[in-house]
Amino acid sequence: MNRISKHLDSFGAILLACIWISPLLFAFWAAVHTTSDAVNFNLLSSWTLDNFRIAWDGAPWLQYFMNTFLLVTIVLIGQFIITTLAGFAFAQVHFPGKDFVFILVLLQLFILPEVLIVENYAVISNLGLFDTILGVGIPYMASAFGIFLMRQAFKSVPIELHEAARIEGCSWFGILIKVYVPLAKPTYLAYALVSVSTHWNNFLWPLIVTNSEATRPLTVGLSLFGAPENGVDISIISAATIMSVAPLLIAFLVFQRQFVQAFLRSGIK
Amino acid sequence: MNKHANNERRRQAIYGWLLLTPAAILLSLFAFYPSLKTFWSSLFSRGTRRNPTEFVGMENYTDLFNDPTFWIVVKNNLFYAGITIPVSIFFALAMALWANSKISARGFVRTAYFTPTVLPMIAAANIWLFFYTPGLGVLDQIGSLFGLPPVNWLGQPETALWAIIIVTIWKEAGFFMIFYLAALQTIPTDYKEAADIEGTGRLTYLRRIVLPLLMPTTLFILVNAMINSIKLIDHLFILTKGGPSDASKLILYYIWEMAFAYFDSPHAAALTVLVLLVLGIAAAVQFLYIDRRTHYQ
Repeated sequence: MNRISKHLDSFGAILLACIWISPLLFAFWAAVHTTSDAVNFNLLSSWTLDNFRIAWDGAPWLQYFMNTFLLVTIVLIGQFIITTLAGFAFAQVHFPGKDFVFILVLLQLFILPEVLIVENYAVISNLGLFDTILGVGIPYMASAFGIFLMRQAFKSVPIELHEAARIEGCSWFGILIKVYVPLAKPTYLAYALVSVSTHWNNFLWPLIVTNSEATRPLTVGLSLFGAPENGVDISIISAATIMSVAPLLIAFLVFQRQFVQAFLRSGIK
Repeated sequence: MNKHANNERRRQAIYGWLLLTPAAILLSLFAFYPSLKTFWSSLFSRGTRRNPTEFVGMENYTDLFNDPTFWIVVKNNLFYAGITIPVSIFFALAMALWANSKISARGFVRTAYFTPTVLPMIAAANIWLFFYTPGLGVLDQIGSLFGLPPVNWLGQPETALWAIIIVTIWKEAGFFMIFYLAALQTIPTDYKEAADIEGTGRLTYLRRIVLPLLMPTTLFILVNAMINSIKLIDHLFILTKGGPSDASKLILYYIWEMAFAYFDSPHAAALTVLVLLVLGIAAAVQFLYIDRRTHYQ
């Protein structure tokens, strides 16, 4: 009885896994076959890389890749600096009004930048940041989520280390850089993975604040490329899609364990 | 001594505020100011060349309530939330239970469940386009094996929203699985052993022990799923653009459309304020939940 239920479990789990992964496999299948072979499920037909070549020539992908890369880098650097400073203030510095400000920060977890597109667009335009990569990234830099994460990480640093560094004559800032930051390395890594994958995939906000090839990230480029007005067929869209998710997907498959750990750490507060 | 302590306190206060300044400026610029400004501009009319903007009070809101599209969009979004939230949570739980049990090919199973989570929604939409294409798509090809006629999944009002919902579930179930998986790993194995000795059935064990222990996680996932049911709309841009005849249009897409396709920002602002209110309720639920959890610990 137990054996049977165990086999049933395995069967169910694997069946669901196959269903879950199948859209990706179909996309891959379509990407390496001619459109007619792809839609007819001609299992014996030969593979081709033509779709990738046509897709690659159809849009400035290299520029899009560069833009996305630059975007996630800028966002990450900004987030690291801002959340480190704020997280440290909330964790280890005592000042009046701290709790109230912290609640204000937590509120931002729910005021999604996505929902405020109308006014954020106005703010970005007024700052002269429309159609710049900085303009795409800057609203996400003071991430409440990151501040919260850093606060938790810094809170767990033993106070003895802090005092020891202070007796050695270290300044506040020195203590932050030399004691707290190195000890929070795993949190930084986790946060980096979550941040990079979020902003690699972000679409609506970049769609609104970019208006040229020089700033457009991959997701926006991909959506324009696949637009029905362009009349591209399914194999070529699939090739472009596979191409644009490949870096992140490969990174995920290689670092799967760390990735999952990172997401876990980010969710459990 | 006292004076020294006072000095130290003042120094810390200055230090604290200095450290917070960059975050405070950016949060004010991109969260608080826009929220207040949104509310403010929702009270004014849309300016045209002849009629400059003027204060209209609640008129934009009453316009919204008299706009049939608004009600369609709200209904769609409620339906979208009503289906995606429970179904994703159900799948997430099943996935986590399986990925946590001693089954064969566990590594493959985990990877398969989680992979959609790392894809951009736009890419997910492109991938599913191949499923939904009428006649040629995977779904219709499977259907034709059983002699079913081709269906224009994305092009008819009865199925368009469902097509959107399925992509969302596919994308988010694996993400929620991770949280359940983490929670499952904190349940002591003693409970299972005790249940086995007592001869408790698997379903009873699941219902009486595991599910109650997972309750805080479920609540956390629930709040996230609620937020996602407002936030996850990227695939609309690829799959349906809210059509046909608004059948798959969701609130955030409608906000985007009003503001950036019809240039009607006052009404978009009014709708944004309503969404912020709903998110505020979600925030309250979350805070209460955090309170309760700290209470237990």
